[in-house]
Amino acid sequence: MQDEGIKSRSSCRLFILPAFALSLALCFAPAAWSELRIEVTQGVDNGLRIAVVPMQWRGRGRLPLDVGGVINSDLRLSGRFENLPVSQMLSLPGEAREVYYRDWRLLDVEYLVIGYLEPAGTNIQLHFELYNVFKRAMTLSQTIEGTREQLRDMGHHVSDVIFEQLTGIEGAFATRIMYVTVEESGAERLFRLNIADADGHRAQTILESKEPLLSATWAPDGKRVAYVSFERNQRPAIYLHDLQTGTREIITNFTGLNSAPAFSPDGKQMAMVLSKDGNPDIYILDLQSRRLRRVTRHYGIDTEPSWTPDGEALIFTSNRGGKPQIYQIRLVDFQIQRLTFEGDYNARASLLSDGSGLILVHRRDGIFHIALLDLKRGRFTVLTETSLDESPSVAPNGSMLIYATLVDDKGILAMVSIDGGVKFNLPSTRGHVREPAWSPKKTMQFEPVAQDFPG
Amino acid sequence: MEKAKLHGLYALSLTIFLLGGCATTTPAYTPSASEDQTADQDRALVSPSRSESRVQDGRLVISADGDRAGAEMLNGMFYFDFDQAIVKRTNHAELNKHARALKGDGSLRLRLEGHADERGTREYNLALGERRAIAVGAYLMAQGASRAQFEVISYGEEKPVNATHSEAGWVQNRRVEIVYR
Repeated sequence: MQDEGIKSRSSCRLFILPAFALSLALCFAPAAWSELRIEVTQGVDNGLRIAVVPMQWRGRGRLPLDVGGVINSDLRLSGRFENLPVSQMLSLPGEAREVYYRDWRLLDVEYLVIGYLEPAGTNIQLHFELYNVFKRAMTLSQTIEGTREQLRDMGHHVSDVIFEQLTGIEGAFATRIMYVTVEESGAERLFRLNIADADGHRAQTILESKEPLLSATWAPDGKRVAYVSFERNQRPAIYLHDLQTGTREIITNFTGLNSAPAFSPDGKQMAMVLSKDGNPDIYILDLQSRRLRRVTRHYGIDTEPSWTPDGEALIFTSNRGGKPQIYQIRLVDFQIQRLTFEGDYNARASLLSDGSGLILVHRRDGIFHIALLDLKRGRFTVLTETSLDESPSVAPNGSMLIYATLVDDKGILAMVSIDGGVKFNLPSTRGHVREPAWSPKKTMQFEPVAQDFPG
Repeated sequence: MEKAKLHGLYALSLTIFLLGGCATTTPAYTPSASEDQTADQDRALVSPSRSESRVQDGRLVISADGDRAGAEMLNGMFYFDFDQAIVKRTNHAELNKHARALKGDGSLRLRLEGHADERGTREYNLALGERRAIAVGAYLMAQGASRAQFEVISYGEEKPVNATHSEAGWVQNRRVEIVYR
């Protein structure tokens, strides 16, 4: 697990660093010690009434995971469904011939999910079917295959398929969330960088440090992450961390700030904030050639760069007008445009993937909220009602965002749908939680072995 | 107009401050060799001081020559207003004492640690903390301290001294700490 020093083509020797110092700080804790728990704080008024029947295992022994339970929990926690408890089900069908529509109509169920799992060599096949009870018709059936270790991923995949079929919105259950936890004991602080499934399960600590860890962000491929860590001489450096190999490297450790890394949409460049030239300004590093390009040049604070989806501009925060506001800079000619004019504190903005709006931290009446700025109408919509809200991160499906907030003096994560209709809290079992970052794509894709959309 | 001029001056002082005495050709200056060199030069230039200073737990204790009873431990904590990086007038007197000691003993080394309260975003607060530390450094330099004597580091809102989520806590967290080594 040696880190590789980077071979720098530029003259700057700061890029090349000894590997040994890094590997010491690396710590992989396999134990899922800090799982997050989802609590729905506000669901839609008329959720779709759905029943997810426990899925039978048709092999020997027992499966290590209740896959039907994972699906049931995913859909329930999306806030858009009303799930029928298993205890109220009149029958537990596993396949088509066991479905009696009358049973489900009696229970006022609109949609029914059934399925079973069976061995396929050393793998497991999952077959599931979705029924429209009122139309008395099967609308979807699919078979997927995976390993025993992938059972939870298979469950999330099924949830995604059902969710999209019934709501028209791409699901985000098979995604992950990266976040920082901080535990305080006396004057000591322990910072941990963790990654968990979007439902809070399978939490893993990828880095542990007594010095601050922040600004963790995903590469577009979902296989690498970057973050700022103060572990080395209590100074900030930007690290690139390969999740598959566990190796990592220092990207920048200039004098002054090394802050707010953001991968370009193609993953080849990284925008960041450096103050080495006298002032916090935004730079772009080409990850291949290691060539560094200065983007902003202003005596004010320029920070929190995020890329537009086409990669042709950066959105950033600047106090060049006196107070922090959001600006956009076009990379072809460095032309700058101010985007926010309402309120005296707008920061950490990111553009929605369709370009229609900005998600940002917005102060209103002295309280920090997450807000959506509709760029066409120029209208702010405050999405959160908690206080000290920060670090919004949008799900890859664009329909939900996760952010950090404070509840009962404890830092927790919370989610809200972009339309503001569904809200969740994700309290942690230990410590304060902050700085969530939603993975850019699904953890695992399952190509259906068989699929049918009869209805 | 007035404001623009001030900003310009500020930017200039920042640039001078960060580049320090060492005019390096590489964009990032290396803190080690060049700075020590400057420090040695300073030490040679400074006339022998009449007061003594010593470092205790990161704090500076100064005393007039031979007068141990009159020893004074300098305050190393300086507070700021929300989203501001202006050294308050009320802090000038104490900072002047630091500057005098630094000027008097070129071998003194310190770290300026900038902090912010928890409000606002983490990255912005990192920049703000650095601004504050630089403002204190610029003040010390204006009073005769050498750039080579200190380093600047910002922790943003990551290391609060008071965990209270109200102005009572925030007022203590918006700070620059002078830590002698």
